[in-house]
Amino acid sequence: MNIQTAIKMTAAETALVDAYTAQIGDLIGDGAVLSARDTLVSDLKSQGLPTRRVEAWHYTDLRALLRTVPAADPTAFAERVEPLVAGSSVLTVLNGKADEKGAPAGINVRRYAESLADGVAAPDLIERGPDDAIGRINGSFVRDGFEIELPEGTELEAPLELQLVQSLGQSHTRFPVTFGAGTKATIIERHLSVSDAPSLVTSVSDLILDEGAEITWIILQQQGAADSHLAQLNFDLGTNAQLKLFVINAGGKLVRQEIHGVVTGEGADFKLRGINLLGGETHTDVTFTLGHDVPNTTSTEVIRNVLFDRAKGVFQGQIRVAPDAQKTDAKMACNTLLLSDDADFSAKPELEIFADDVQCGHGATVIDINPTHLYYLQARGIPENKARAMLVNAFVDEIVEELENETLIETLETIIADWLEKHA
Amino acid sequence: MLEIRNLHARIAEDGTEIIRGLNLTVKAGEVAAIMGPNGSGKSTLSYILSGRSDYEVTEGDILYNGESILELDPSERAAKGIFLAFQYPVEIPGVATMQFLKVALNEQRKFRGEPELSTPDFIRRVKEAAAKLQINPDMLKRPLNVGFSGGEKKRAEILQMALLEPKLCILDETDSGLDIDALKIVADGVNALRSPDRAVIVITHYQRLLEYIVPDTVHVLYKGQVIKSGDKSLALDLEANGYADIIDAAA
Repeated sequence: MNIQTAIKMTAAETALVDAYTAQIGDLIGDGAVLSARDTLVSDLKSQGLPTRRVEAWHYTDLRALLRTVPAADPTAFAERVEPLVAGSSVLTVLNGKADEKGAPAGINVRRYAESLADGVAAPDLIERGPDDAIGRINGSFVRDGFEIELPEGTELEAPLELQLVQSLGQSHTRFPVTFGAGTKATIIERHLSVSDAPSLVTSVSDLILDEGAEITWIILQQQGAADSHLAQLNFDLGTNAQLKLFVINAGGKLVRQEIHGVVTGEGADFKLRGINLLGGETHTDVTFTLGHDVPNTTSTEVIRNVLFDRAKGVFQGQIRVAPDAQKTDAKMACNTLLLSDDADFSAKPELEIFADDVQCGHGATVIDINPTHLYYLQARGIPENKARAMLVNAFVDEIVEELENETLIETLETIIADWLEKHA
Repeated sequence: MLEIRNLHARIAEDGTEIIRGLNLTVKAGEVAAIMGPNGSGKSTLSYILSGRSDYEVTEGDILYNGESILELDPSERAAKGIFLAFQYPVEIPGVATMQFLKVALNEQRKFRGEPELSTPDFIRRVKEAAAKLQINPDMLKRPLNVGFSGGEKKRAEILQMALLEPKLCILDETDSGLDIDALKIVADGVNALRSPDRAVIVITHYQRLLEYIVPDTVHVLYKGQVIKSGDKSLALDLEANGYADIIDAAA
C-alpha cells in the first residue's frame, strides 16, 4: 500500500504559488495562455521544487537552495547600460519589461508580451518534461521578452545585444528566436543587476537554426551576489547549421543555466564554450544535454571553471547519439581550477551512444595553480596575488580567444580580469 | 652587494641538506663565476637567492646591500633588483609574452615607487632590447616561452634581464644548450649590462662562457660549500685539471 502524504511547502514554494494568485489579475495572456499557466502552476503546487532525489537536480537541490522569493515590484527602476561592444544593436529588458526599439534593420522583432496577449505564445508554455522546473516557473510568470526572426540570408554586421538589467524583484522572460537559412549573426544575451537587493530572474530562449545558419550566441551572466538566476536555452540545429554558444557565469547566488539541444540536420556543428567564475557563496550549475539525432554531425564542449571562497559549481553534460546518427564526432571536456579548500565542484559527464560508428569522448580534470609557473612570474617581480590572477586568467583566456570579434575578446578579457582581481 | 654567511639550506619537502655552511661575498661591479661538479648545489644556490619556496634556510644569512633578504618573497627580491636567469625557463601557455613583460616591469616600478611606463615607451624599450639580442619580434607575440627553442628561451631570459635592469644578475648555466653564435649574442647582452653598480654571478660548468664573460673572481662549490676561490686563472686551471685536486685538497 502506498500512502502519499502532501509535502509541506517551503517558504519559496509558498511564495511562488501565492505570487501567482496575487498576479493572476494582471498576468498577460488570452484564454489559452492563461490555461497553460494554470497547468504549470498546478504542477508546481503538486510537485514542489525539485530536490536532490530528482536525478536532473541531484547536485542542485532547488527546494533547499531557493530559500526565499523576492516579491515582484513593478515600480522598481532599472536603467540601460552601455552595450558590451560599441556599435551593437541593443534590445533592452529592464526589470522584465522589454522595449523593441533598437532592433536592427532587416530583422523582425516583436515583444513577447504581445505574443502572450494574442495567444501566439500559448504553445510555448509547456514543460519539457516532468523535471523542467525552470520551464514551469518561467511559463507561469513570463511577462515579456522578444520574439525574433532573422529572415533567410540576413547577415548582421554588428552584434545584437539582448540587455537584461535587473534591480530587484522578479523578471521572467522568453526569447523565441528563428535564424533563417544562411543567416549570420552574433547575439549577446546579457544578464546584469544594478543593485544589491535580491532578485529572481528566469529566462528561456528557444533557438531554431535553419539550413546553413552560422550563429554565435553569448550568454554573459553578471547578476548580484544575492540573486537567483534560472535560465534555459533550447536549440535545434538544421542541416549544415553552426552554433557557437559561449556561456560565462560571473555572478549570482543561485544560478542554473540549462542548455538543451538537438541536432536534426546533417553536417551541423555545435560548440559550447563555458567559463564559470565562481566566488563567495554562489552555487552555479550548468546543465547541458545534446542529442545527435542524425548522421554526420559534430559537437565539442569545453567548460573551464575557477572557484574561490565557498563557491559550489556543477556541470552536467549529457550527449545522446541516436541509433542512426553514424559518424557523430562529439568531445566534451570540463576543467576546474579549485582555488579554495572550501570550494567544491561536481562534474557529471554522460554519454549515451546507440550508434556504432561514432567518435565520442569526455574528460574532467581538477587542478591547482602550477607552483613552478607561479614562482617564475614572482621571480620577475610580479606579486603573488597578481601572478595567481595572471595564471587563472590564462586558464580561461583560451576559451575567450576562440571568439572571432577582437573587441568582444578584449571586453570579455577585461571583465574576467576585473572579476579575478576582486576575488583572488 | 651580496654577502652570504654560513648558509645552510635544505629541500623543504624531504629535508635533504644541500647547502652546508656556504660563505660568499660579491661586490658591486664584480663578475663572480661559480663552478663545481654536478650536484654541488650551484642551481640550488641560485634558487635560494631568488627566494624559491621549495628550499628552507636553516642557518646563516643572505645580506643584500647590507640587509637580510631571507624574509622577502621572490617578487620582493626581484623588485629590489635580484634577477635569476633560469637554466630551464618555464613555458606558460595562455600568458602573452608582451603582457608578461609589461606587468613585470610595471610591478617592479610600482614596488620602488616609480611611475608606470606608458605603452609606447614600453614597446620602444622592448623593440630596442630585442633587436640587440637578435630576437625575432614574432617570438614576442607567442605565449611566454611556449614553442621557443632552447636558444630562444635563453635569449628571452637575457631580454627580460635587459628590460628589468637588475642590480644583481644570477645566470644559471645560461650557456647550456647554446651554439657558439647564440653564446656570443647572450654574452654580449650580459657584458652590455656590466657596470660599477651592478654585480653578476655566472654559474657554469665550463670555461667556455667565461671566455666571453670574463669573471673577476671564480669560486668552486662542492657539497654545498665554497672550497676554493681565486681569479679567472682558477677557471682555466679547472678546465685543464678537473675538480679532483681541489676537492682532495679541501678534504
